[in-house]
Formats: sequence, C-alpha cells, structure tokens
Amino acid sequence: MTILKAFETMDYGSALESSSEASNWLSDRGAKFGHFINGKFTKPKQLFKTSNPANGAFLAEVSAGAKKDVDAAVDAALVAQPAWENVGGPARARFLYSLARLVQKNSRLLAVLETLDNGKPIRESRDIDIPLVARHFYHHAGWAQLLEAEFPDQQAVGVAGQIIPWNFPLLMLAWKVAPALAVGNTVVLKPAEYTPLSALCFAELCQEAGLPNGVVNIVTGPGETGALISGHKKIHKVAFTGSSEVGRKIREQTAGQGKKLTLELGGKSPFIVFDDSDIDGAVEGLVDAIWFNQGEVCCAGSRLLMQESIAAEMLAKIKTRMDRLRVGNPMDKNIDMGAIIDPVQRDRIEKLVKAGIKEGAEIYQPATALPEGGCFYPPTLLSAAEPAMRIVQEEIFGPVLVALTFRTPAEAVDLANNTRYGLAASIWTENVNLALDIAPKIKAGVIWVNSTNLFDAAAGFGGYRESGYGREGGREGMYEYLRPTYLEKLKPTQPMKANSQYPASRGRPSEVDRTRKLYIGGKQKRPDGGYDRAVRDASSQVIGQVGEGNRKDIRDAVEAANKAASWAEMSGHARAQILYFIAENLSVRSDEFADLLKQMTGKGSAKKEVDASIDRLFTYAAWADKYDGSVHQVPIRGVAIAMKEPIGVIGIACPNESPLLSFVSLVAPAIAVGNRVVAIPSQPYPLAATDLYQVLETSDLPGGVLNIVTGDQNTLSQTLSQHAGVDAMWYFGDHAGSMAVEKASVVNLKQTWVSGGMARDWFDQEQASSQEFLRRATQVKNIWVPYGE
Amino acid sequence: MTKGVSKIPEVSSVEQKRNAGLDLDLEIIRSLRVNRSAVERRCSTLAGRRTVKKHHQAAWLLKAVSCMDLTTLSGDDTPARVRHLCAKAKQPISPALEEGLGIKSLALTTGAVCVYHEMVATAVEALEGSGIPVAAVSTGFPAGLSSQRLKVMEIQDSVAAGAQEIDIVISRRHVLTGDWNSLYNEMRDYREACGDAHVKAILATGELGTLSNVARASWVCMMAGADFIKTSTGKEGVNATLPFTLVMLRAIRDFYAQTGVRIGYKPAGGISKAKDCLSYLILLREELGNDWLNPDLFRFGASSLLGDIERQLEHHHTGSYSAANRHALA
Repeated sequence: MTILKAFETMDYGSALESSSEASNWLSDRGAKFGHFINGKFTKPKQLFKTSNPANGAFLAEVSAGAKKDVDAAVDAALVAQPAWENVGGPARARFLYSLARLVQKNSRLLAVLETLDNGKPIRESRDIDIPLVARHFYHHAGWAQLLEAEFPDQQAVGVAGQIIPWNFPLLMLAWKVAPALAVGNTVVLKPAEYTPLSALCFAELCQEAGLPNGVVNIVTGPGETGALISGHKKIHKVAFTGSSEVGRKIREQTAGQGKKLTLELGGKSPFIVFDDSDIDGAVEGLVDAIWFNQGEVCCAGSRLLMQESIAAEMLAKIKTRMDRLRVGNPMDKNIDMGAIIDPVQRDRIEKLVKAGIKEGAEIYQPATALPEGGCFYPPTLLSAAEPAMRIVQEEIFGPVLVALTFRTPAEAVDLANNTRYGLAASIWTENVNLALDIAPKIKAGVIWVNSTNLFDAAAGFGGYRESGYGREGGREGMYEYLRPTYLEKLKPTQPMKANSQYPASRGRPSEVDRTRKLYIGGKQKRPDGGYDRAVRDASSQVIGQVGEGNRKDIRDAVEAANKAASWAEMSGHARAQILYFIAENLSVRSDEFADLLKQMTGKGSAKKEVDASIDRLFTYAAWADKYDGSVHQVPIRGVAIAMKEPIGVIGIACPNESPLLSFVSLVAPAIAVGNRVVAIPSQPYPLAATDLYQVLETSDLPGGVLNIVTGDQNTLSQTLSQHAGVDAMWYFGDHAGSMAVEKASVVNLKQTWVSGGMARDWFDQEQASSQEFLRRATQVKNIWVPYGE
Repeated sequence: MTKGVSKIPEVSSVEQKRNAGLDLDLEIIRSLRVNRSAVERRCSTLAGRRTVKKHHQAAWLLKAVSCMDLTTLSGDDTPARVRHLCAKAKQPISPALEEGLGIKSLALTTGAVCVYHEMVATAVEALEGSGIPVAAVSTGFPAGLSSQRLKVMEIQDSVAAGAQEIDIVISRRHVLTGDWNSLYNEMRDYREACGDAHVKAILATGELGTLSNVARASWVCMMAGADFIKTSTGKEGVNATLPFTLVMLRAIRDFYAQTGVRIGYKPAGGISKAKDCLSYLILLREELGNDWLNPDLFRFGASSLLGDIERQLEHHHTGSYSAANRHALA
C-alpha cells in the first residue's frame, strides 16, 4: 500500500540523518561545557543555552566567558607561544596534519553537530563545510612545512585573538586557526554565541592530536566575551569575521594598540548575468549564491544584475526554480534550505523584505510549505528593485534575492560597484573577453566567473572596501599571521624640534623669494586658507615657506587622486618609464636636493640620501612590471587567478627621518603598482617634497597620481583618515597620531598601516625597501575561472 | 503580494499532444549557450540534494521498470532470444515479489521492448495482448550512414511489421558541420515515414563533441517533430551521462515553454545500476517535474538494469541482499 502510494505521487519522502551520535556526544558530557583553556576544559559556569533553530530544542549549556577566563586563556597562549614557534614548521606540520585527519575521521559527528546547532542543511555541513575544514588543515600543514623556506625574515605575530560568526562555525574556525598555528602563533578563539558546539568538539580533537597545552584556547560566550579578547592588551593580532558594525567597534577598540587586524565583514555581492550567458546555469548558480546556507553567507550573491534583454526570461526561470526548492528539517537529506539561525535574524529579514515591498519591489515566494515550529523563512525574490532601495543597499543576510537590470557592460560595472561593500561577485557570460574585462573592474576580493561561492584553502578570501581587509587562505593569507623580523629592531621616533611654524613669521629667505604651494592634480595650487607655514633650518633660520593645507585642500587632493584612476589601467611598463624619468630628473638636480636636505636637517648624509632616493625610484620602477600575481591550485577544472590590484587612493603621512628618502620609499611603491597618492610630507622638513614638484612636472607623471599637501601633519592625516574616498592610510608619525588614524579609519574601514611611533632606518633595505611595501600597496583579488566546453 | 503557485502537478494526468514540430528557427539554434562547468556542478551536487529511501526508493525503482525499454541489440539476436526478452517485459518482477511488495494491482510491465528491424515481427507476436509496444532501432543504426532512401524504407518496413516506436539515429556529421537544415530535413523525413508510430531521435551525444552541440541537435530534432530525444545508441564510446541529460532536459523544458508540447526523453547506454537510474529520475523530476515521470514521456534504454533493480527490490522486501540467479533472465 505504501509503495503503491509512493508510486502514485513519486514524492521523495524524507531521508533523515541520524542525530543519535551527536546527542550521545552531548549527553556524555552532561550537555554542559566549560571553556577550553591550556589544554583542559574548565568547570562549566555562568551557563547559557544553545538550541536547535529548526525546532527550538535545547542542545547544551555553555559557559559565558568572563574577564578571568579570557585572561587565563591569553596567559596560557602567551606561555605556550615561544615553544610552539620554536618547535619549527615541520613539527607543526605534523600536528596540523593530525588535526586534518581527525576532522575527517570525525566528519559525520562534526557535520551533525553543526547542523543541529546552526540549522544549515546536513547536505551542506557534510558535503561543503566539514570537507573544507579538513582541506584547510591539510593545506596549512603544507605551509607549516614550507614556512622557513617560503617566508624568510618573517616570524609569528604571537597570540591571535579570533572571533568567528555563526554561519559557518567550524569552517571559520579552520580559516582562522589553521594559518595561525602553521606560522607558530597560539590562539584564543571565541565561537559565536549561537553556535559554540563544533568548536568545543574541535577542542577535544586538539587534545587527541596531542597539541601542546595553550596552543589552542577556546572561550565561549556572547559579544562581550569577544570584546574582552579583541581588546586584550596581551594579544598581538585580532582576526574577526562578522558584521561590519562589530568590525568597526573592534577597529576603534584596538586603535593604537599595535595589533595586526583582519576583518572579514559583510557584503552585498553582485551576481551579474549578461545576455550571452547560459541562463539555466546562472539560475542554478543563484541557488548556490543566495539559497545556500539560507542566504546567511557574507559573500552571498544577493544582488542580481540582469541584462535587460534577458531579464523577463530569467525571472521566469528563477521563479520556476524557486518552486522546486525544498525548505525543511535541516537533518533531512532532501531539502535545499534549513532553518534561520534565530528569530531575531528572521525578524530582521522580514522587516527588510517588508521595507522593500513598501518601496515598490515585487515579491515572489514559492508555495513551498514551511515546517511548523522552527525558525524558517522562504526563498524570496524581490524584483523591480531600484538602486536607491534599502534592500539593494543593505545586507539582508537571509534567503532574499534582489533583482535589478542593466543595459550595458559599463552600467553593470557601475551598479556592481555602487555599494559600500566589496566582498565577492559572480559574472556570467560565455564571452571570455567580457568576463576578463569585467572581473578587474569590480571592486571585490573574490570574483567567480560562471560560478559562485567556490572556496578553497589555496585561494585567498577577503574583501575590498567596507567588507574588510586581510585574506584568509593561500599565500596571501599567511602574511596575516606573520610579521617581519626587523620590526623588533625599530626604535621610537625622536621628537623633533619644531622646525616649521604656523602662521609663518616674516623672515627673509636667503635668495629670491620662493613660494611653495600645494601640488594637486598636477598643478601647483595656493592653499585654500591662503596662509603659509615657515620652514626653519637647524639653526632656526627661516629657509622658506610652504602652504598651510586645510580640509578643503585635502578634499581637492582626494578628488584629483580619484580622477586619476586611469593610472591603474596603464601598463606596468608605462608606469616604470615614468618612475625612471623621475629618478633621472632628480639625479640632474641631486646637488640642489642635497644642499636643501643639509640646510633643513643640518645632517651630513644629504648626498647619500639623494642617491638612495634615486636608487629607490629605480627599485620600484623595476618592480612596476614584475610584481606578478599568481595562479592558485584550486580543485576545479579551471584557474583561480590571484591578481595583485592597487588599493586605490592611499593617503601617506611621511616620517621626519630622512625626509626625501622616506617620502620616496613610501610614495614610489604605492604609485608603481597603480595607486594614487595624497602625501603629507614631514612637517618639519616639507621642502624635500615640495621641491619635487618641478621634478614631477618634468617627468610626465599624470596629474592627480601624486598630490602633496603640506601643513599640520596630524590634522591633515585626520581629515584624510576620515575621508570615505580614501582607500588606505599610511601613517609614519608619532604614536598618538597612529592611534588617531586607526580610530578615524572606521568611517569607511579603510586599510591602515601605521608606524606606532617607531622609526625605520630608511637606508636599510630590509626596513625600507622590502616586498612588504608592495604588499601594503596592493590587495589580492582572486578570480575563479572554471573552463571546459 | 504574489504568492507563487507550485508548478509541480502532483499526479500526471496530462492529455498528451503530439509534437507537430516547428519551422527551423536558426536564431534559436545559434543563441543556445551551455556552460559545461555549470552543468557538471548541477549534476554532481544533485546527488546530495535529493535521495529516496525505503518505500519511496522501491516505488521509484518500480517506476524505472515501467519506463524501461528492455533492449537487445546484438548481432547474435535470434527469435528465441527475443522471446525471452518479451516474456521478461511482460513479467519484469516475479509474481512472488510483486505480492510481497503489495504492487500486484500495478500489473507492472516494462515500457517497451526495443530490437532491430529483423526481430520486430517476433517481438510483436510475443507481446500480443500485453499492450507493450515494440520499438525498432532504425535508419542504419548505430552509425546512420546508409542512404537516406534506405533509411526511410527501413522505418516504413519496421512500422509495417508492427513497430509502434522507431528509434532513429541522426547523421552526426550534420551537427559537426553545423548543417542544421540537413539535420532538420532528415528528421522531418523520418517523422513522416513513421506515420502514427512515435519517433525517438538518437543524438549519439558521445559523438557530438560539445554540450552546446547536444543542445542544438536536441532543438533541431524537436523542431522537426521528434516525439522523444534520446542520448545514445549504446554503441558510442560515451553513452548516457547526467550532463548530457541535463542539457537535453533543459532543451525539452524550453521547448515546452515555447510550444506547450511535451517531448519525451530517453537516456540509453551504460545505465546498469539501480542507484544510477535513480539519479536520472531525480534529475528529471527536478528539471521537468512529475509530469514527465511516466512511460509516455520517459524511457530508459537498458538491457541489464532490470536485473539490478530486481535485486534491490528483493532486498527491500526481505531485508537480505539478493543474488542474480534468483531472478529470471531476460
């Protein structure tokens, strides 16, 4: 009878994964967990509950980490770190290999725990999350093995504080823990409040692998616990994945603490479909883009951009496809979407969808029945959306696709980039010319051509703009947990005698009166305020005046820099020619610059400094066409191209030490790879930069590529740091200024590189001319291109 | 707020309209785009998205039996061999197992018996009264390189001998050279020669070079009046695969959207395991819906699949794994 009935309906029925192993695992531990500190679980206390979002059922009680717990974890990590680093890469490789094997051996338990705690379909935790976790540990076992050879002159950062989200609990743990351990760091990790269980299970695997005590510490708890970790004075590195809102708080909190920081934040990633694409393939891609993990994916393809000519057909196909999506018990192997993490999140989704409808978007939801009782939301399409709508601008973090149309490839790029975010993008076209033209134009860290949501340990993942900074995975991800060994040698900058003074006092320059203006958009401009600043020599004699730049001058300079975007599209060879030309023209005037430096600083090494500056220009001219990207070995038939792209507009506040050489050492790498720069020269010694105007003018440097604004360095740095049109800020002044820059950078979450008040020896190759400068000047964009006809 | 209406009718009760064909529209043929990586990804992930267990699995396997063109296409076929096959087609599952599964009322038979022309008369006689149609492979099967005149006559002879279904092979060279007019005209001729017999167009997908060609050939044959499109003769180096299937099913879906006519689909060659046949049924259900899950619109071309299905069904019934010798030979 039942077979007959099934024959009639041809339904799938349900195919439930068993939860008994996981339930036993929980009950064997009394369904109560402490923290994992120094290799042992602490006594559970200050308990909070974690439950299954699919049915609200209680799973376990977990401890809320207090200051005492975080301190204990950080102390354990600090104590363990030197030995863990000194044991060497090959020894660490064995441990990471062991962790990879243990993840595989326990893969079903981990997958079931993940699905119970998070609500994601068992298919995804089983086929995607957990295999990627194992892959990440394998891959980084390899990096540990190769570390000494592949990353010379680098060392571990120290103790890493890692705070991860609830959408891919164990996978995000792996992304953070594997590279940190490979390099020789120890970690204090906090899993998300909603999803602590797989991390606690992983802690047991660390014990089983025989990992030394204190190398991995896991403290559970709410956001407050996370803040205790990220703000902890003894932590050297913070890695955070989560909301842009919390990312900002962490940036502010850690400002001035000298911590390395990576932020993996939100997104509103475009999914661009051109009229010559395989539309059915693209529709299926959307299923993986926005209905994967209930759309609770930071890089979800949530903004569908369709070429107008195919929009009607595509929308019809999407709706047909949506009708076949099955939402249900996450443990059922026959569903496409499981439960939303928490009613709070579901309400947020609902609210945004309602706002979209109110603003005029058309909603489509399939008639698919939702399970009773749990926290579910149907797959949703909001078409006829407009760029100005909230649903198009804001991250929804749910199974909601918004659809817009475009007319031309150029408009597609404009719409794609019309967002504060820049995490990922998908491009669908069968035209290789179009795909490879569009990919570099989109501001995003990951681009998938004719595919979506592909991840691998060998390819870096991370964002542009307010989607954060830093990469996880690949060679590029390794640097996030490394620091150059020379940093230890740096000494604090010496406070300078005030050699420049505002307002300018009347003093007679020795020769013909000279007015140094600002240099903006390739032209010498009078400062907006109309005031000057006096520059004095070592014996307090006024030797010249420079313009006193203000907010408006910074605004103009940034505008000019943004307008000069075509600099990035020039060939490296062409940029090299200009850098060589600058060097040539500087060399013609080297005596004059040597005299000037000597006059300003009163130091004898002036000639040497000019020579070194010319040499440095040669160095970066050389690099301009050689700082290559790479092709990552990812497990697809295709390539993942890791392109090194310029960051965009970089603000650079230059140091006082060796004012010409340091200026050149910072500006040259930045522009060599295609950035545009707004430079604030050394405040006491600005003439080294201002006298370069004529050199620049005679060297064919396009206007706007390098803009120079003199004046009060910290005030101008603050304006630059707060400017949303500046993509990165390098600051080489004092400690307080470093902190202020990091704080102000939250406006658009720009990347920062600050000296923390430490001085470099700008004559030293390692300190002043290493690849670190080029790495800072670029960001890696991974372009995945599957192929095969 | 527009609430979607599920477009999957739960029970198939559609009045089948036969494909009258369309004029050859080269605009459509040239605009077809198939991305192989995307196709493969869909196919490789589907197994994780859908599965059938227990009673449902048994029901789906029985469905596969009902949609099977039980086939013998060998140079050493004899009337006696074909009679064995026909007997099996009439009683694909042993009565005891039918009893055990509680499906006697289905009066299960295979979808058809598929043979060469010379065996049609024998098969028709052996199947008389069973309602099981005889399908004949034709048009110079498998290579399709005899003269067009002979090919048409071969169809006519098989129809005259009682074949109700004709499985023709297309001229692969027309696809490989992009000669869509010739492919269209050839298919038109076959369709006409078939008269009331239904015609299945074998694309020999393993010889077409690309998935795009598979899509193009599917469309040209449907425009020219094919009732079914079929992957393979079973004699090519690569026969039915899920990616070929996905491309052909999507062509069928788009043709239906455009014309309202449902074209049938037949994968053939290399499907010998019960587990494999479930993947095809699942893909069919996901891409086209339940309407297609019946012998009017779906067939497996298979010779050894039935044996594996029988063993799985017995396992379902008894809980013990079965052996081949416990089931009657075809």
